[in-house]
Amino acid sequence: MAILEVKNLHKNFGKTQVLKGIDFELEKGQVMSIIGSSGSGKTTLLRCVAQLETADSGSIKVDGSTIFDSNSSQKLTADEKMKNQLKTGLVFQSFNLFPQYNVLENVTLAMKLQAKRRADYKENKKEILAEIDLKAKALIAKMGLSDKLGNYPCELSGGQQQRVSIVRAMALEPSILFFDEPTSALDPELTGEVLKVIRELAEENMTMVIVTHEMDFAREVSDNIIFMDNGVIAESGSADDLINNPQTDRLKAFLSKIGK
Amino acid sequence: MTFQQITLDLLEGLGQNLQLFLLTLVFALPLGLIITFGSMSKFAPLKYLTKTFVWIIRGSPLMLQLFVVFYVPGLVFGIPMKSRMLAATIAFVINYACYFSEIYRGGIESIPNGQYEAGQVLGLTKTQTFFRVVLMQVVKRIIAPMGNEFLTLVKDTSLARVIAVSEIIMAAERFTARGLIWPLFYTAVYFLAFCGILTLLFGWIEKKFSYYR
Ligand SMILES: Nc1ncnc2c1ncn2[C@@H]1O[C@H](COP(=O)(O)OP(=O)(O)OP(=O)(O)O)[C@@H](O)[C@H]1O
Ligand SMILES: [Mg+2]
Repeated sequence: MAILEVKNLHKNFGKTQVLKGIDFELEKGQVMSIIGSSGSGKTTLLRCVAQLETADSGSIKVDGSTIFDSNSSQKLTADEKMKNQLKTGLVFQSFNLFPQYNVLENVTLAMKLQAKRRADYKENKKEILAEIDLKAKALIAKMGLSDKLGNYPCELSGGQQQRVSIVRAMALEPSILFFDEPTSALDPELTGEVLKVIRELAEENMTMVIVTHEMDFAREVSDNIIFMDNGVIAESGSADDLINNPQTDRLKAFLSKIGK
Repeated sequence: MTFQQITLDLLEGLGQNLQLFLLTLVFALPLGLIITFGSMSKFAPLKYLTKTFVWIIRGSPLMLQLFVVFYVPGLVFGIPMKSRMLAATIAFVINYACYFSEIYRGGIESIPNGQYEAGQVLGLTKTQTFFRVVLMQVVKRIIAPMGNEFLTLVKDTSLARVIAVSEIIMAAERFTARGLIWPLFYTAVYFLAFCGILTLLFGWIEKKFSYYR
């Protein structure tokens, strides 16, 4: 069963139609990349699925829960909304780390606030918090940032900041992790370290959707790629097929424009 | 009339300034935040009502506001203001809360949207995002303008003499009336000392917050 199902999704900003009927599915453990020229609606699509924007029509299902359905009049409770929110993780292009917290605190803040909802929180507060710190430290170590635990975001390179923000999103164990151009705010020599981390996550079968302009990376890391053009999915398919044998003129034009 | 006597008299006057200064801060700092929420409200009537209020307060002289608070209850409602200090405190709190509210608003609006969005996608509630993520960043950003307001407040407290609160300049003027002019200029030393301490304090706070950008 698909872990992500997007059906006939539409989104307008005022009079501009940005998403004009998006349909796709993603299986658990798979990696999908979204490519497409600027303004084609890639970010908007991620933001709708990550619940930062509310779509106008269509439906989104993540891991069995309906996150959005324009045909249902059922109102979600705050608790259900929170559960849905935690099913998706989002890594921003501009990191959006919390500047006043150090690396460890950035990763643990949300985990600790979530832990407060546990029934046994009051009784076992100390153990729970210690456990969270341990877990966070292990994840940070995996990203090769153990020596930066106490550093503040302003003391890190862009690549390190992005790796922290990836840990921060992963630490909440979302069903799907979304990346919006995770390397485009980075100097070219720093993109490698972030792509490496994403590659490692792919090897661990983390379900991911990645908006990227790094074609080689997309081909290598993804199972499937979708090509968005002007608010619709113009073409989709397995990573190799799509890049080696583009069918539509628009994709051909796009690939030749970016030098593939 | 010894130098020492005059120094002590003026110090007593300064006590009134200090009292007004502290009372104003204690009440105006939180009240300012409430006014900020009002002026940033999505509920249009509340928003415009608050904005109009802030305009009136910031658009009219504090001296006039002191007269209004002191005289209007007696003239209009027949309940004369008993305490001059109370009247001064009320006028100052309202006036400064409005200025603070605009500084807070500027600080809050300067926080990039990405911080709120990061909070949301990490499952923080709006309240958690405000208090755990945004607020400390706002505090850092408003330290310098707040420092300015604090210094202005120190000197503004002397305006309270228009409703006969016997603050330091009023104390000095009592000597002037007897032909002794220098105590009036001598008050500058007190203000400079007061503001000097505040400047040091704000420098220290700024340093405390300099560990992040
Ligand atoms: N909040 C908004 N209000 C109005 N229009 C918006 C808003 N966000 C996006 N748009 C418009 O929607 C269209 C798609 O934007 P989107 O950011 O999704 O594109 P994108 O594919 O991510 O582009 P890029 O590759 O440049 O990041 C653009 O025309 C943009 O101007
Ligand atoms: Mg984008």
